[in-house]
Amino acid sequence: MNLFNIVEEIEKIDPDFSDKVNPRRAAIKNITSFGSKVAMAAVPFAFGTMIKRAVAQTAVPSVVDILNYALTLEYLESGFYNAGVAAPGLIPAADLAYIKDIQDDENNHVTFLTNVIKSVGGTPATAPTVDFTAGNGSGNGPFKGLFTAGNYTSLFLKVALAFEDTGVRAYKGQAENILGNKSKVTADLYKTVLTSALSIHAVEARHASAIRSLLGVTPWITSTASKGNDTGVSLVDGNYDGEQNVTQGGVDVTTLKNASGGSTSVAVATASFDEPLSMSQVLALLVGSFIVK
Amino acid sequence: MKTESQESISGANIARRSFLRYAGVGIAAAGLLATASCTKDHPIITTNKGIDIGATGDLAILNYAYALEQLEAAFYTQVVLTPYSGIPANELALLTSIRDHEILHREFFKAALGANAIPALTVDFSSINFKDRAATLGAAKAFEDTGVTAYDGAGYLIGGGAYLTLAGKIVSVEARHAALISNLLVRGSFAASDQVDANGLNKSASIAEVLKIANTYLKTKVSASNYNYVAA
Repeated sequence: MNLFNIVEEIEKIDPDFSDKVNPRRAAIKNITSFGSKVAMAAVPFAFGTMIKRAVAQTAVPSVVDILNYALTLEYLESGFYNAGVAAPGLIPAADLAYIKDIQDDENNHVTFLTNVIKSVGGTPATAPTVDFTAGNGSGNGPFKGLFTAGNYTSLFLKVALAFEDTGVRAYKGQAENILGNKSKVTADLYKTVLTSALSIHAVEARHASAIRSLLGVTPWITSTASKGNDTGVSLVDGNYDGEQNVTQGGVDVTTLKNASGGSTSVAVATASFDEPLSMSQVLALLVGSFIVK
Repeated sequence: MKTESQESISGANIARRSFLRYAGVGIAAAGLLATASCTKDHPIITTNKGIDIGATGDLAILNYAYALEQLEAAFYTQVVLTPYSGIPANELALLTSIRDHEILHREFFKAALGANAIPALTVDFSSINFKDRAATLGAAKAFEDTGVTAYDGAGYLIGGGAYLTLAGKIVSVEARHAALISNLLVRGSFAASDQVDANGLNKSASIAEVLKIANTYLKTKVSASNYNYVAA
């Protein structure tokens, strides 16, 4: 018996097995170290328990749920840029067209997602009640004054960056959930929803890069081994936590060769791959601060 | 992801491929590489015109990505080797970082694919004037924009969730590159209408559309006969 063919064997019985366990990768990873410690005879039983748990805990949100989650995030972003552009004296003339481009994209995302949700028979989520100071409705949060003239670089752009980088992570985190709906929708709808989500995701990454350039930080997220956040804004450490990951597909990518044949630095390893956030992680970061609870 | 057992046996003298295949135990368990056996299960077709990414499926899509990353890595390696005249230090630093990212993407796919990887491709950049800033950045923009449309357009063809997320992890970095390069050419063009449509969506492209462009920079022509494209 080859322990490492178990997944394949199970897939013959349950073709969806990989999909079901993927969100529970942490549990599956343990199989390897497990195998080194436990007698082989004990493994199938333990693994069976693990499978039951993994499958039970994996409820994939519906396409409409995923789209409404995206819509909520887009409402947050569009509302933020709408307020920023409307704020007198906030955005320097030289940057106005630049920021308005982003504003337009975010508003277009709201319209697009609303239309897609309606087209599949869903009810679009309403705009959340927001507090861009991150004060949960008090208007007195740590980013108070972000729309006040003079605070463009010190506050407005920093909140913008957190929203964009978090948005990228949020969309990325839903790709597997959309895949999890593949068998429940038509092939055309699956292709449309996934491609649209990936395409909005890419635009959010373009925005993040553009805002980063305005702030003078690298257009990509350059983490250290211990800290994901490279923005210097410690209030948003949580939004970047996990970006310091250097293990991709089971490979520690710092062990791979760089341009001169040596090993790859953590800076390059983290900048080369952006990391996802789950729906619950994103909501925990936003609800109770930027989104009023 | 290393476990104790892997660390204990993965001495420095284990060949790179076999180490990664072994590390690939975790990959297989996560559904990343569909097989744990060491057999080559995805024959790459070599023709007199070049190579073909092979039968439909995730290994073909990963090889498609690997081909594009090879092209990008080779391009930026050349840019950094022979920078355009008068290049400012900050631009050289940014382009060097992008080179490093593309090299890591290339090395990652090479490692993940192992025996199933297409061979190293020979590039042809004779159409690019690397001495000229506008020509070099124009080519960089074409590579980055094409890369983003390629990943976005191929996502729906990926069957494995872990692969799909990996593609997502890479495409957003390519989009960050694309926005930077566009901004270096024309400030404020980071999400211009040549790449982002009226819905605020980045454009996406089919394998056939992308490979047609990529092959203009490749001596080793890449085909995807099972995805409706054979190199001319």
